[in-house]
Amino acid sequence: MNSVPADGPDPVRAEITLTVNGSEHRLGIDTRASLLDTLREDLGLTGAKKGCDHGQCGACTVLLDGRRVNACLALAVAHDGADVVTVEGLARDGRPTRLQEAFLAHDALQCGYCTPGQLCSATAVLDELGRGLPSAATPDPAAEPVPDDAEIRERMSGNLCRCGAYAGIVAAVREAARA
Amino acid sequence: MRPFTYARAATEDEAVAACTDGAAYLGGGTNLVDLMRLGVAEPARLVDVAHLGHDRIERRADGGLRIGAAVTNGDLAADRTVRAEFPLLAQAVLAGASGQIRNLATVGGNLLQRTRCAYFQDVTKPCNKREPGSGCPAREGEHRNLAILGHSAGCVATHPSDMAVALAALDAEVRVRGREGTRTIPFGDLHRLPGTAPERDTCLEPGDLITAVEVPPLRMPSRFRKARERASFAFALVSIAAALRTDVPGGTVTDVRIALGGVAHRPWRARRAEERLRGARASGEAFLRAAEAELEAAEPLRDNGYKVPLARNLIVRTLSGLVAP
Repeated sequence: MNSVPADGPDPVRAEITLTVNGSEHRLGIDTRASLLDTLREDLGLTGAKKGCDHGQCGACTVLLDGRRVNACLALAVAHDGADVVTVEGLARDGRPTRLQEAFLAHDALQCGYCTPGQLCSATAVLDELGRGLPSAATPDPAAEPVPDDAEIRERMSGNLCRCGAYAGIVAAVREAARA
Repeated sequence: MRPFTYARAATEDEAVAACTDGAAYLGGGTNLVDLMRLGVAEPARLVDVAHLGHDRIERRADGGLRIGAAVTNGDLAADRTVRAEFPLLAQAVLAGASGQIRNLATVGGNLLQRTRCAYFQDVTKPCNKREPGSGCPAREGEHRNLAILGHSAGCVATHPSDMAVALAALDAEVRVRGREGTRTIPFGDLHRLPGTAPERDTCLEPGDLITAVEVPPLRMPSRFRKARERASFAFALVSIAAALRTDVPGGTVTDVRIALGGVAHRPWRARRAEERLRGARASGEAFLRAAEAELEAAEPLRDNGYKVPLARNLIVRTLSGLVAP
C-alpha cells in the first residue's frame, strides 16, 4: 500500500459493522481501507485474493448484499451495515456447494490463486442466470438467456486465470448451471 | 492514498452542502477509488451519494424513463422495461466492464468517469487533463486507442463510457442539483470537447450533483455495438448506438439516431450522418455515404487511422441490421 507522506494529513478512522459469512463484526478502520483489505487483514479471511487491486482480475470477488463485486474497489467505510459472503462462507454445514464440487470434478484450477474469486463470481452467475438476467452474449437482451458456453465465458470475463484453467472453469459452471 | 474524511449524505441538501472545495462525490467508486490509489485523484473528503433515494427507475407519463443517478449499471441492465423498450441502452451497459464492476458502478458515476488515457493515469507523466499546462505526450506517443474527432493540440483523450453513447443517441437529459438549485442539461451538452481546457470533462460546476437521467420514449428499432481488442471486458476501440425508423420496410428514413464512442472526448453524436439520412431511402449505399460524410471531419493521429474505416463500417453494418434484422 502507499505510505502516507510524513507531512501529509493524518489518517482518518471510522467504525463500521459488517456481517461476514453470517457473523457480525464491529470494526475500527482507516477510511482508505478497501473491503478486501478489511476482510483479509482485520478478519483474517484470506480466501479473497489481492491480484491487481484495480478491479481488473477478479481474484478479490465477494458477494456484497448478495451481488458479486470486486472487494478491492469497494471502500469498507462506504459499506457500513453490509452483508458479505466470501469463499469461506460458500459451503453449507461443511459441505461444498454443487459448484465447488463441479470445480473439483472438472479440474477447474491449477495454482488456485484465482479460484476463490472464480467461485464467488460463478456463484453469482448461477443466481443471475436463474433470475433470467441478460449478458452481452444474450442475442436479445429482452429474452431469457440460455446458459451455453458463450454466455458463461462472457459472464466470467471479470475473472482472470493466469494458469489458463478456463476450459475447466466453463465446464464446471455449465454443469452447475444445468444441475 | 491520501487520507480523507468520509460523510454519508442522507439528503441532496446535505450532499451539496458537504461537497466543499477538495471534496468529491462517491457513487460506486469503481473509477474514483482506483484513481485515488493511483494518486490521480486526491480528495480530502468523500461525500457518499449512494443513499439519497436515487436508486429507482421510474416510468414517465410520456412512456420514457427517469433513471436515478445511484441506480447501479447491473440493475439498469436487468430492468425489464430497459431491456424491452431501450435495447441499445441495455446492450451498452452490458458491453461495459465486468459483472462485478457493474454491480458497484452507478449511472451518475459512469457519466463522470475519467479517460483511461495511459498518460492521464500515470502521475509521473505530463498530462494537460491532470495537470493543466504540463503537455500531452499522447499526441506523439501511445494513442492507438485515442481520439480521431474533435481533439485539440492539448488533449487527444476519449471518453470511456459505453452507457453514455446510448444516452447520447436517446436524446436523454441530465438532472443536476447544484449550489444554485436544480437544472436540466441536454445530454449532448454535458460532456465537452477538450479545446484549451482539457481538465474539464463536462460542463458541471463544483458541487453539482447528477440526480437522474431522463430518457424520452424511443419507439423504434435500436442497437449498440462495440469493437474492442478482445471479446469481453475491454474498452471500446469504436462503439455505436443507433436507432432507425422507416415509413415502410426498406422505405424512407423518417427518424435516425447515431452516436459513436471511442472516437472523441465526448460521446460523438453523428448529426451530419443523421441529416444525410433523414428523408433518404434506407439502403447500404445511403448508409455508407452518410458515414463517409460524418467521418470527413476525422483527424486521425499517427497510429489510430484504423478507427476511421472501423467507425464507417460499424455505422453501415449497424444501420443495415436495423433495416433488415
